[in-house]
Amino acid sequence: MPIVIFELPDGTQRKVTADSGTVLMQAAVSNGVDGIVAECGGNASCATCHVYVDERHGEQVGPPNDVEDEMLDFTAAERRPTSRLSCQVQVSDALDGLVVHIPEEQV
Amino acid sequence: MSGTNAGVVVVGGGQAGFSVVQALRGAGYEGPVTVFADEPRLPYQRPPLSKKAHTEPEGPGVDLVPESFYRERDIELRLGEYVAALDTAACAVTTGSGERVPYEHLVLATGARNRPLPVPGAELAGVHALRSLDDALAIGRALTTARDVVVVGGGFIGLELAQVAQAGGARVTVVELADRLLSRAVSPQLEEHLRERHERDGVRILTGTAVERIEGTGGQVHRVATSQGPLPADLVLYGVGAVPRDELAREAGLAVDDGVIVDEQLRSVSDPRVFAVGDCARYPHPHADGLIRLESVQNAIDQGALIGRRIAGGAAGPYESLPWFWSDQGPVKLQIAGLRATTDEVRVVPGDTPERLATYAFRDERLVAVETLNWPAEHLAARRLLQQDPPVSPADLAGSTLGALARARRTKEVRA
Ligand SMILES: Cc1cc2nc3c(=O)[nH]c(=O)nc-3n(C[C@H](O)[C@H](O)[C@H](O)COP(=O)(O)OP(=O)(O)OC[C@H]3O[C@@H](n4cnc5c(N)ncnc54)[C@H](O)[C@@H]3O)c2cc1C
Ligand code: FES
Repeated sequence: MPIVIFELPDGTQRKVTADSGTVLMQAAVSNGVDGIVAECGGNASCATCHVYVDERHGEQVGPPNDVEDEMLDFTAAERRPTSRLSCQVQVSDALDGLVVHIPEEQV
Repeated sequence: MSGTNAGVVVVGGGQAGFSVVQALRGAGYEGPVTVFADEPRLPYQRPPLSKKAHTEPEGPGVDLVPESFYRERDIELRLGEYVAALDTAACAVTTGSGERVPYEHLVLATGARNRPLPVPGAELAGVHALRSLDDALAIGRALTTARDVVVVGGGFIGLELAQVAQAGGARVTVVELADRLLSRAVSPQLEEHLRERHERDGVRILTGTAVERIEGTGGQVHRVATSQGPLPADLVLYGVGAVPRDELAREAGLAVDDGVIVDEQLRSVSDPRVFAVGDCARYPHPHADGLIRLESVQNAIDQGALIGRRIAGGAAGPYESLPWFWSDQGPVKLQIAGLRATTDEVRVVPGDTPERLATYAFRDERLVAVETLNWPAEHLAARRLLQQDPPVSPADLAGSTLGALARARRTKEVRA
């Protein structure tokens, strides 16, 4: 099972095991990682699960889908080229060691 | 007894109760935290229950967080335990088994229960309401064989269930007493489009129609008698509103009126040691005319988080989060931002694709609420703009969407 590292705005890191076949948001929420609110439970409705994928892993993770892309313009924290909604990122073994940065605010 | 180490007691292990304890520990609260949750399972999310058919006996993975979350944070989660009484003079609750548990702060997060269907035959087998995961599993099993489904009530849960049943191959009729669907929750303009979409998907909708009685053979439902005539039915699903579970507060002598009455700090107006959050709380909101009570995930999460942080010593100030809501009805994603109770103008705005639509509601020349169909970006733009000063005027939106306006304002901010 892939290990994913969530880095909080203050620089602290949380290493969690993510289940392949679920989404990144789920890994954060089930492990109580602060800073991912996920109000809509992963429905692409709320944009409170915003993350920045570490530049080193950008290609593996890939670009946002169309609806996500539009939604990313309205996240609480600024949008960056590496922004994704974590509920739209599928976890797979290829993402082992992935680092994602959590933004300052979600709502 | 109110020693400082009596800690926090939360009554109710739903979305709001969970949010309280998550925020308490997140904000560094170190005292004892106890959650009484009368359902014998881990706190879970309700929205998925009405949006797909659940049939797995172990539950469809809707838990908010795994059990380890509570253990690691030293949160005492007392599953399957009911709080039967509240003694505010002594600062203690009494459980169903008679145990007294003291508190320093009490949070009522007891949610709501379904309003019963007030017609003869509502007790027949094959007639279901939906509130809990067990209800959802029972409905999921019934849907595997149902052919004729009658949904009583054209509210959010009714329409979501109608689409689930329809997608499973049943013939579905929604019977609604009011002359339109979602009459209190959405604008007539949006309702018209929504109705058309459900009908296009094959859901039959009878508005202005009363259910008079439910008839059965051998204790099993087989027909629904309505003011428009009888409808065959082997499954009846009803969603006719919910009532807040405010009886603990009422019996303890706290102010209650269709919900526990709290101030803008979400404290009971009768007792500063008692908070109420989520579906069971009636509170003042800066955008509302009087007190409101909302049944939504956003409301439960934001109120719970505020109270958790406040008790931990972090948050001050009134509760004023912008209300927002979503409902997934088959292929239709409906979202609402703001409060649309009284508005004087509703503008219908076609989206950039035929599936999309928005309505902008204005009051006194300012935007107060936005409804969208299948247009999450526009919904999010609405949430940004509804929280900004200056408010959005009808003129700001002449020929523009909220998305375009929010992008333009953001660019201006960045340049400034
Ligand atoms: C089927 C369904 C679909 C929904 N879909 C949506 C949606 O799409 N979007 C949206 O925004 N909202 C939706 N909602 C509403 C949303 O789920 C609620 O607003 C939210 O769950 C409220 O949280 P709460 O904690 O106040 O209450 P609940 O989640 O209802 O939790 C209250 C809990 O307290 C327990 N309890 C009550 N009294 C006691 C007691 N004395 N002792 C111990 N325990 C007690 C109850 O058993 C319950 O488990 C839906 C609701 C339902 C039922
Ligand atoms: S959890 Fe709501 S958009 Fe990701």
